[in-house]
Amino acid sequence: MSEIVDSKIITCIGCPKGCQVKVSKFKNGNIEAEGYSCKHGKEYAIQEYIDPRRILTTTIIVKNGILPLIPVRSNQPLPKNKLFECMKEIANIKVPAPIKMGDVLIKNILGLNVDIIASRDLESKIN
Amino acid sequence: MKTYITDIAIIGGGPAGLAAAISAYENGVNVLLIERDFELGGILPQCIHNGFGLGIFDEELTGPEFAQRYINKVMEYKIPIMLNTMVLEIRPNKNILAVNKNEGAILVKPKAIILAMGCRERTRGNIRIPGTRPAGIYTAGLAQRLVNIEGLMPGKKFVILGSGDIGMIMARRLTLEGAEVKAVIEILPYTSGLIRNKVQCLDDFGIPLLLQHTIIEIKGKDRVESVVVSKVDENWEPIKGSEKSFECDTLLLSVGLIPENELSKTAGVELDPKTRGPIINNYFQTNVEGIFACGNVLHVNDLVDNVASEGTLTGEIAAKFIKKIIKIDKNFVQLLCGRNIGYVLPQKVNKTAFKNSVRFYMRVKKPENNVYINFKVNDKLIYKKFERFARPSEMLIIDLPKQDILIDNNILIEVIPKEKKSEN
Ligand SMILES: Cc1cc2nc3c(=O)[nH]c(=O)nc-3n(C[C@H](O)[C@H](O)[C@H](O)COP(=O)(O)OP(=O)(O)OC[C@H]3O[C@@H](n4cnc5c(N)ncnc54)[C@H](O)[C@@H]3O)c2cc1C
Ligand code: SF4
Repeated sequence: MSEIVDSKIITCIGCPKGCQVKVSKFKNGNIEAEGYSCKHGKEYAIQEYIDPRRILTTTIIVKNGILPLIPVRSNQPLPKNKLFECMKEIANIKVPAPIKMGDVLIKNILGLNVDIIASRDLESKIN
Repeated sequence: MKTYITDIAIIGGGPAGLAAAISAYENGVNVLLIERDFELGGILPQCIHNGFGLGIFDEELTGPEFAQRYINKVMEYKIPIMLNTMVLEIRPNKNILAVNKNEGAILVKPKAIILAMGCRERTRGNIRIPGTRPAGIYTAGLAQRLVNIEGLMPGKKFVILGSGDIGMIMARRLTLEGAEVKAVIEILPYTSGLIRNKVQCLDDFGIPLLLQHTIIEIKGKDRVESVVVSKVDENWEPIKGSEKSFECDTLLLSVGLIPENELSKTAGVELDPKTRGPIINNYFQTNVEGIFACGNVLHVNDLVDNVASEGTLTGEIAAKFIKKIIKIDKNFVQLLCGRNIGYVLPQKVNKTAFKNSVRFYMRVKKPENNVYINFKVNDKLIYKKFERFARPSEMLIIDLPKQDILIDNNILIEVIPKEKKSEN
């Protein structure tokens, strides 16, 4: 058995149980997890240890919509340390109504291979 | 007065009402969905974060996406909807009095009613914080609406009272929008929201969570200038000398939700003081025959998936009730809350239980690990379920097989630790 060089307790957020998963890195480079109750927790904790990612949800300003904003999300999780940079990028954009749920509003944001998509339908304002 | 006739009138177009409308329609009855807002979806259009839908769609959706899927189905079925229409009164004969701009007062005469009005937020008045009355105090849900729907930032420097989910979610949202969230203050020794929200909304952004603390004073003349926070003892009494001041311009209150039942009372629906929602039987029927209830109007849910599945079941039952496919017996046994059970729903069960099992929703009063949830009749154990974690913030759902309910006596539910250790 190789020696542990680093370890971290990660709270799994996969379900309300909130298992405390201990992720350890061994001298030989292996990474192992313990304390999870299902496979999701193991995958999550190891991913979280190596490369923490989050789904970003926010809003984009809409031109001529029945509401001033459209709620949006990243279609995939983004690196956690890129969230604020993405927020800045999103703040500079305005999109015209009508919009359909799932429409890609920003393609490949910051070159991260992640799209920002609409979370709902939004009709245009009838003047 | 213009009069509408329908089989089932559903009051409230949130996920509970939408799911109930779809399932009642699929069970072959006419439905009318009445909503006071200008669009359907209830609270969901403002809940732009993800975390909805894992239970039903096995996908993590945002609130608007979850709502849109149900709205699309309602549109596909062409279910009649009345928007911008506020229900004012339900008469004991089940006639509904409502108003809207185009028609004025209207009367709806249904054969059955499904209450799906959701809940409202507790306010400063409900929790009595002393101090001045400056501008800059909002409930967390109102702030959520301002930021996510109307595009308005309510302030720059925030303190949030209460670690409920809405408060924690707003802490992250405001931080991402460039505001500073100084702290989240919680009187209990644990967070009152989901662990997932503590990790992703507070820990991720280094926002401090002060447990066993409360706000003892709000300072500021025209606008909030600061709040004084104090540690509390086991009796929630502030501990002298532990006061800290936080400079802020806005205070958000995330101190809980209350089922919206003013309307239910007008119909003579009996409420449970523990849930503050209607007392129901296992058919989601209230004490008034033909009036059913589901979703947050019944009890405050943490997961929208439960709300929607309650709605689906209630729609089916109400439709089958009208078509006389199911008959609801008048004999019930009561569910009693024993050790560490805060509430249980339904409060009454019929001996001729619907389907093969009856689903019970309950919350514990205090967090405990490794416990059995015991169902007992006359001190005899009829069913037990092991739970590794029982937390007040996470509703427990237990399906009791139908044969276990065919009894004539009340059922006691209690939480019992698996093994009591002498030391600890
Ligand atoms: C801020 C917030 C954040 C949440 N976050 C999550 C989350 O992350 N994940 C999750 O799974 N769940 C979450 N929830 C819970 C979930 O959104 C709710 O459980 C769900 O929306 C409740 O649905 P409902 O249909 O019972 O009530 P609501 O969605 O509140 O809908 C009730 C509807 O009834 C209408 N109404 C009320 N009175 C009348 C009247 N007199 N006449 C006509 N119409 C009326 C209202 O306008 C409203 O549209 C959150 C809830 C809130 C409040
Ligand atoms: S490990 Fe599995 S059971 Fe534990 S919190 Fe994660 S998803 Fe839930």
